[in-house]
Amino acid sequence: MLNINEILQTIDMVKSRHLDIRTVTMGLSLFDCVSENKKRTAEKVFKKIVEKAGGLKRTADSLSARYGIPIVNKRISVSPVSLIAASSGGFLETALALDRAAKEIDVDFIGGYTALVQKGMTDYEKRFIISIPEVLSRTDRVCASVNVASTKAGINMDAVALMGEIIKQTAKATADKDGIGCGKLVVFANAVEDNPFMAGAFNGTGENDRVINVGISGPGVVLAAIEEIKGADFSAVAETVKKTAFKITRAGQLIAMEAAKMLGANFGIVDLSLAPTPVKGDSVAKILEEMGLESVGAHGSTAALALLNDAVKKGGVMATSFAGGLSGAFIPVSEDAGMIDAVTRGALSIEKLEAMTAVCSVGLDMIAVAGDTPASTISAIIADEAAIGAVNNKTAAVRIIPVFGKTSGFAEYGGLLGIAPIMKTSPYSSEKFIARGGRIPAPIHSNRN
Amino acid sequence: MRAIISVIGRDKKGIIAKVSGCLYGVSVNIEDISQTVMGDLFTMIMTADLSDASSDISHINAALQEIAEEMRVEIRIQHEEIFNSMHKI
Repeated sequence: MLNINEILQTIDMVKSRHLDIRTVTMGLSLFDCVSENKKRTAEKVFKKIVEKAGGLKRTADSLSARYGIPIVNKRISVSPVSLIAASSGGFLETALALDRAAKEIDVDFIGGYTALVQKGMTDYEKRFIISIPEVLSRTDRVCASVNVASTKAGINMDAVALMGEIIKQTAKATADKDGIGCGKLVVFANAVEDNPFMAGAFNGTGENDRVINVGISGPGVVLAAIEEIKGADFSAVAETVKKTAFKITRAGQLIAMEAAKMLGANFGIVDLSLAPTPVKGDSVAKILEEMGLESVGAHGSTAALALLNDAVKKGGVMATSFAGGLSGAFIPVSEDAGMIDAVTRGALSIEKLEAMTAVCSVGLDMIAVAGDTPASTISAIIADEAAIGAVNNKTAAVRIIPVFGKTSGFAEYGGLLGIAPIMKTSPYSSEKFIARGGRIPAPIHSNRN
Repeated sequence: MRAIISVIGRDKKGIIAKVSGCLYGVSVNIEDISQTVMGDLFTMIMTADLSDASSDISHINAALQEIAEEMRVEIRIQHEEIFNSMHKI
């Protein structure tokens, strides 16, 4: 029998602490849409998405009503389009079909405009990557990602160099909106195949068709729990985060199982990530500050984040047998009011953020830089992050936005993407380093066989 | 299925009568009621059986929201499984 306090606790989490299910994402395999004709491929892709995922929004809305928990985003992830449209060469046509399909079935985003080039880039993958700026400027809901490194393969520095240029071109193509196209483009090391979060979601080649992956949320709930144990030592903090993460994840697990059942789809994973939003109190930065830091970015921030990330996972894996995706704490700058404040007051730099990415999921996320930042500097930032991912056997990513016409102040995106303070990059050149090209070999511990 | 109906707000005459009347109207059986007053906030939790209900949960919710607006309280109806999932191992 439930007791009244447990019921009230759940209600309070939703009412005052922003507990929500961040996303219900359906993964679709598009390999049955491959053809040699551009138009035919795009038509098959559109038809498949509308037919197979048409009920996603309705189902999510009905689950939200039944359980009284908001489901913020409904999304689709598809097989990497670099492979699906390789035969026809219709990358742009397929992207436009994805965008139309997303609008037709009213989902928020569709991910999978993706290439996996960690070891080598084929001619068609290069053509695909070169299409990204145009695709992101001509579509609204399509998200793109490129995996340039892995622990097994090392770092493809040719791809890293190219991505610096592509990010600059994407920013330029969407310069009228402060480079928003780059908010829909992630460069990965060790990309995961079942990620429900954007912009990096795609349905990997080892994945099933029609698979439901759910991303939870809840920084506000964790913050509230830590606020209740003021001054307690770190073992108590870890225990509290763990218990809270368990509860949040169970809500996600329930929604995922029920969504899969109602849609006649396969249940995939629950992603345990703590994903902040720009709403006050729904902030990962504030959790770290509640642990005793005057501002996130102060010495101690990396340790605080390491504890948080680990405790979230420990609580989460007890709550679901199928934890997956990125699972950890996210530290996007523009999407977290506490991070924005810390950058604005000068407490948080790209260098400190980079250190923090070594102990949490994802990486340098939603970071705005001056529009005149050289492409080679952006590539070098990607290379650093890829090295952290490849060497530490973890996912790492860069989502960086050069804002044309601005060297300071803010870029404004609205909604979940928030506002991004322009951050300083090193004034020293990495151009010759990036110009070398080739591959950085896989780290020694990749040889586990 | 069973649902938890929660009412939170300032105590007013007739809250329980209105909510139970609404539930009776759609053949929902109330199995348990508990209430507490925290300060001037009134909290009522009802456990209800919806297996014979003549409406689905979203329609019942819509009817409850009319009462919530009239009485200026917050009313929620949620499938009990969300609470079981989060609080029981």
